[in-house]
Amino acid sequence: MTLLSYRAAFALIVKRDLMIAFRHRDDIINPLLFFVIVVSLFPLGVGPESTILSRIAPGIIWVAALLATLLSLDRLFKSDYTDGSLEQMLLSPHPVFILVIAKIFAHWLLTGLPLILIAPLLAVLLHLHESSYGALMLTLFLGTPVLSLLGAIGVALTVGIKKGGVLLSLLVLPLYIPVLIFATSAIDSAAMNLPYNGQLAIIAAIFFASLTLAPFAVSAALKVSTN
Amino acid sequence: MSNLNSEIEITAASTNTLLSARDLSCIREERVLFEALSFNIAAGDIVQVEGPNGAGKTSLLRILAGLSQPYDGSIYFQDNNITQHRETFHQELLYLGHLPGVKDEMTAQENLEFNLALHGLDNKTAEATLAKVNLLGFEDALASHLSAGQHRRISLARLWQSQAKVWILDEPFTAIDKLGVEKLEQLFLQHADNGGCVVLTTHQDLSLPAERVKKITLAYRFY
Repeated sequence: MTLLSYRAAFALIVKRDLMIAFRHRDDIINPLLFFVIVVSLFPLGVGPESTILSRIAPGIIWVAALLATLLSLDRLFKSDYTDGSLEQMLLSPHPVFILVIAKIFAHWLLTGLPLILIAPLLAVLLHLHESSYGALMLTLFLGTPVLSLLGAIGVALTVGIKKGGVLLSLLVLPLYIPVLIFATSAIDSAAMNLPYNGQLAIIAAIFFASLTLAPFAVSAALKVSTN
Repeated sequence: MSNLNSEIEITAASTNTLLSARDLSCIREERVLFEALSFNIAAGDIVQVEGPNGAGKTSLLRILAGLSQPYDGSIYFQDNNITQHRETFHQELLYLGHLPGVKDEMTAQENLEFNLALHGLDNKTAEATLAKVNLLGFEDALASHLSAGQHRRISLARLWQSQAKVWILDEPFTAIDKLGVEKLEQLFLQHADNGGCVVLTTHQDLSLPAERVKKITLAYRFY
């Protein structure tokens, strides 16, 4: 039996997930559209005053990114669970860690990355402070993978439940809060031309901790869900 | 080995034992499906798990494959506990469950190619393999346009290329026509003759010679 290397197994799963997503575009467009709509409604709701908008801009962008990710999480394991391909993946001779990390990476490519690309355009709508753009991009770059990683734990736990939507939000949102707090605080500091390395370092620490630990939690949760 | 609910022909453990179950118990929804179930499956065996609906056939197969955990007892593959040697066991295992594991968004060929590659098999010949399960001409059709029987055929196609020793098949004949069933039975026989083993559930009678098929009968227990 010619066994695939870890890298080949990783690439195989990512390629498959991207192919499925591009043939089922609703799943990619829906969270992005949600993100754009939420952010662009705020100037209409609170009025076009630039002082107020630029004050709340970091919070709006990050909360919207958080909710958009939450909206997209179901896609991660749900359809694979219902059609039986998840079982087949768990029964393949590869470490479950590799499969899980590949699926999470594909999820981030399809939700996290587009959010990062759109965010600066939406920041213009909210009059985000000029010196904050760097901080916004950096926090999103380090923070969105955390959203995918931690979210995957919640999905893996609730994938076997018929209506797990509410439970998923309850499980996952508290885990997202540290990222939200430090990210918005970093962007605020940048607006006041203060250093924001500290907040960024904490988000990076959260990222690496969840990158190394979350896949184990997800594997264990998937085994419970398919039991 | 006394067992209240099952009549099993237990073969003595020998050098060519592939899979052995020791003292398996399974409890679902506060109901004991089976307890203290032990058996050995050797190379060359075709084992049919029988029993009425709800007797625990699928549960037993999922436990054998390592997908579910038994309430008690353990499974050994060539004397290695499968929970401790998961990856070695899964290299030698082919499990097909109730669900075909076919993605609607991919074509028949893409589905098979992915399945083969995932299990470390050569996927260059996927097209030829599809021909063997009568799906020639449907290679490029999206699975969402294919029927339930054709989905089943896509997932079964892997059997023709599999090098795994242990085949665990849950209702492999569902939605398959008579001719297809015959072909599959011949394949099982060939696989067993080549030193593999097949564990399957089916409500149909196998047309294989009776001396080749061993049976595990699970009874429905009311307590």
